[in-house]
Amino acid sequence: MAATLRLEVVTPERMLIKEQVLAVTVPGLGGELGILPEHAPLLSELGCGPLTFTLETGQKKSLSICGGYVEVLPDRVRVLATLAEFADEIDVKRAEEALKRAEERVLHPTADLDTARALNAMKRAQARVAAAKLGSAKS
Amino acid sequence: MPSLIDIRRRIRSVKNTQQITKAMKMVATARLRRAQERVINSRPYSRMAAEMLQNVAAAAAGDERAGEHPLLAQRAEQKIQLILVTSDRGLAGAFNASLIKAAQQFLIEHAGQQVEIELYGRKGRDFFMRRNVATSGEVTGISQNAGLVHAQPLAKKMIERFTNGEVDSVYLIYNEFKSVLTQNLTVKKILPIAVAADGAPARDYIFEQPAAAMLGRMLPSYVLQQVLESFLESSAAEHAARMTAMDAASTNANEVINKLTLYMNRVRQASITREIIEVVSGASALQ
Repeated sequence: MAATLRLEVVTPERMLIKEQVLAVTVPGLGGELGILPEHAPLLSELGCGPLTFTLETGQKKSLSICGGYVEVLPDRVRVLATLAEFADEIDVKRAEEALKRAEERVLHPTADLDTARALNAMKRAQARVAAAKLGSAKS
Repeated sequence: MPSLIDIRRRIRSVKNTQQITKAMKMVATARLRRAQERVINSRPYSRMAAEMLQNVAAAAAGDERAGEHPLLAQRAEQKIQLILVTSDRGLAGAFNASLIKAAQQFLIEHAGQQVEIELYGRKGRDFFMRRNVATSGEVTGISQNAGLVHAQPLAKKMIERFTNGEVDSVYLIYNEFKSVLTQNLTVKKILPIAVAADGAPARDYIFEQPAAAMLGRMLPSYVLQQVLESFLESSAAEHAARMTAMDAASTNANEVINKLTLYMNRVRQASITREIIEVVSGASALQ
């Protein structure tokens, strides 16, 4: 039994990760998905949230992703994200401010508010804040 | 016979031109590096997205609702939409000329059908605006740094036109960046999306969402991806073409300068010889 998975994370702009990992957690549309080696083949859409993975050294890393798809094979996980950022690239203060603004908009809607857009913005902000916190908690 | 001053003037002018072509080459090289990086970085995503689409389509083929997706509808090609991706600036060798030629060829081949062209880039627009060709729209001023923000509205427009039945198919013509020295002229059909749905699923996937629903959400973003890819490829190819063209121009200028210098020296030599003969013959006449 293979003890590791090959994790590949790509966005339309770049390839973020191509590494051997022990475990991955991805934000599926229907909730978080924990994936270990020898997982049954699976395809799912992705929501917004933190993606975390454990390297062979035991080190944990996380990034924020939003939208896209994940393909799981017994020895490989491919994440095609619409948006993705490394945890250490995220400016936590800015992300928190954006989250606050987004929450404000959703909680106190004005007449011309595009609710779906505001909710999306809030989800994105939440994903970034969560990923940034996970990243900084470890390192 | 031109005088020495005339030749000198000519050499100076060629040198000035050469300086400009050299500078343009350097600018194109720098821009090419950036554009190339973007293309290469986006390729893994497009490759994987295509693979995944095939997998989902194969799985959805078993589902009787799958074939109904509007973006997969195959209709008789009566009205065709053509997207021509050219550059905004010239001096890039045959870059735009070959694109325009391909577009004209396309129009001839589809003479029986109604073809509308969507013009991206100033060069293509300038050419087809002056001719009697049906156009559906134009966008200029973006070829230098085309990105997602430009691809999105175009993809949306195409999807709308296709689903409303305004057009029966959509083709893209652009230059694909193959290497610095070669661009591949590409004609690609982006709508209706062709998926080889008859192939058996590569694996027995577990689907978190119903395959047909997932496919439905995947298709529009696949169209967008293809449009974006063509923009990125075209932009890298443009810089590469300009770089090669300017390099050739600089080399050519060098050759011209060498020839002119040689000629100038010969003229000078001839005039010196003539003067000596005059002096000598004048002196001998006095004796």
